[in-house]
Amino acid sequence: MELDHAGFLPRERLDALIERLAAGGRRVVGPVARDGAVVMDTVHRAAELPRGTADTQAPGAYRLGRHDPASPAAERLFAWANGPQGLKPLLFAPQEPLWRSVRDESGSLRFEAVAPDAPAVAVLGARACDVAALALQDRHFLDGPFVDPHYAARRGQVLVVAVDCSHPADTCFCVSTGDGPSVSAGFDIALTELDDGYLVRAATAAGREVLADLSLEPVTAAHRAAADDQHHRACERQSRALPARNLRDALLDNLEHPRWDDVAARCLACGNCTSVCPSCFCHAEADTVSLDHASSEHTREWDSCFTQRHSQMHGYKVRPHIRQRYRQWLVHKLGTWHDQYGRSGCTGCGRCITWCPVGIDITVEATAICTDEGSP
Amino acid sequence: MSAPALPASPYLPCEAAVVERLDETRDIFTLRLRLTDPRRHAGYDFAPGQFNMLYLHGVGEVAISIVSDPEEGGTIDHTIRAVGRVTKGLAKLRPGDRLGLRGPYGSGWPLDATEGRDVLLVTGGLGCAPLVAVINYVVRRRERFGRLVIVQGVKHSADLIWRDRYEAWARLPDTRVLLAADQATPGWRWHVGLVTELLQDVDVDPAAATAMMCGPEAMMHAAARALLTRGFPAEHLWLSMERNMHCAVRHCGHCQFGADFVCADGPIFRYPTVERLLQVRGF
Repeated sequence: MELDHAGFLPRERLDALIERLAAGGRRVVGPVARDGAVVMDTVHRAAELPRGTADTQAPGAYRLGRHDPASPAAERLFAWANGPQGLKPLLFAPQEPLWRSVRDESGSLRFEAVAPDAPAVAVLGARACDVAALALQDRHFLDGPFVDPHYAARRGQVLVVAVDCSHPADTCFCVSTGDGPSVSAGFDIALTELDDGYLVRAATAAGREVLADLSLEPVTAAHRAAADDQHHRACERQSRALPARNLRDALLDNLEHPRWDDVAARCLACGNCTSVCPSCFCHAEADTVSLDHASSEHTREWDSCFTQRHSQMHGYKVRPHIRQRYRQWLVHKLGTWHDQYGRSGCTGCGRCITWCPVGIDITVEATAICTDEGSP
Repeated sequence: MSAPALPASPYLPCEAAVVERLDETRDIFTLRLRLTDPRRHAGYDFAPGQFNMLYLHGVGEVAISIVSDPEEGGTIDHTIRAVGRVTKGLAKLRPGDRLGLRGPYGSGWPLDATEGRDVLLVTGGLGCAPLVAVINYVVRRRERFGRLVIVQGVKHSADLIWRDRYEAWARLPDTRVLLAADQATPGWRWHVGLVTELLQDVDVDPAAATAMMCGPEAMMHAAARALLTRGFPAEHLWLSMERNMHCAVRHCGHCQFGADFVCADGPIFRYPTVERLLQVRGF
């Protein structure tokens, strides 16, 4: 990959980058190893990042461990694939009030928009799969005829510092979706972590401004060779793949495929997959009324098409069976998403595989339904 | 770093007041509403087939079709069946009571394109509000349309609401009303059986008619097939779809029907657009 790197940042100077990101009061959010997972939280120093942390992911399994202390990865801060969160919760809030209804004594109602909580944030360590999913969420919440003001407010305040993925998990398949393991677009700054530091590139004016007085070192041929080699190894490490084509027609042609019954017998309809999916956008709205009934907060929170209430209308459920709900999710994600947003809704992060309590694998199910080789 | 100016929230309702409440049946009622801001009320414009999100303070929102006439600016009317949490609450509102309203949303019926053509309306189930709006619209502009045929099916003859209205419509010039009940009580002088059975001998010219349908999906699918068999061109068949809706602005995801968001791409669809998925149970 020929990339236009701004320079090389030795690892011991990563704090300088974090300080520059925090300039002007930005909250820097980065990966932290906590409670057995890599989670996104406020970070102030590189020392808080998950040094030497490794993740082992498999269908229905996620474990943190340590890289061999003798290996160079033991000093790395981003030598893991991904945690459950990604970027989505930072922009599309899991729960937030949209507006408030206030009733006065005469019974008149006043509707007040609730200003979104939208602090300036720099996200350090965004993965290619999540940066690609961010672009999908942008299309959904910003590019349609109606703009979501809450998402828009936060989106305008976020600076994305991506880190190329050097250690994909066994559940990753971003190579087959074309979204990773290295980031190619949609970031302000991107880092490639090498054994002794970071190749740094900026893609926006905001990103270049952050890098302006970092006194980056020149990039050497050895750096480039190491980055190339790492990228290729990260690609080769991925054993899972979605069929490398638009699956829309194949899915819509197989809406009565026996595999839907097969997967429905395993699926618990818990909605974990939609919660960890970086592109799922469904949300439900509900009111929380004050004790005196004078005001009511109209709140939205993430919803899942795996719940029965998702399709409920006046006592009738469109999708009462798990088979129908799994089908709805997969046909939308890999099929009709193409009609809506010009590409598949899957960016290959593999989280739905890892966090599925029974280990259902989207690549296996899609292959079974869409290709002859997967026929039961 | 100051936050940029925000776009106006598409989620925020306007205050509306109940002008009049009409009881239609035991659990069906009509709310006639006026936006309390006169400027907003004067500027409110919609097409039959479109819907509003009505908000009951402290309870929530619900999508309801508009049944009033778009060119009579008096009130914005909604015929509602009290079946859920919000609609049961709305049923308790009285004149003067306030609620929230945002809209109109979605696509309307192709009424301009239907002028000069025969109009065939096929409905099933209870009080199909989206098509009542069309009937009222055509009846008030009777000279602009050809023959009007209203075909309404119900499960049981006792389910038919607005029986007097159907009787009145049946007496209009060049208008025919055909009713069907799967089960009928004595005194039912209409068809006993499926609504689709009536379509076999509806006297409209398939080449000069536009059909609009509303009701259970299986009924609409069967009706569309019956009409196609009779030679109606598919592009002149239209139907109204219904799905769960929370946001009405294609964000919340509940109303997706294949690639379409029913709230914005519908609820009124040309039949060929939805034909394929209409046959799939649970989609």
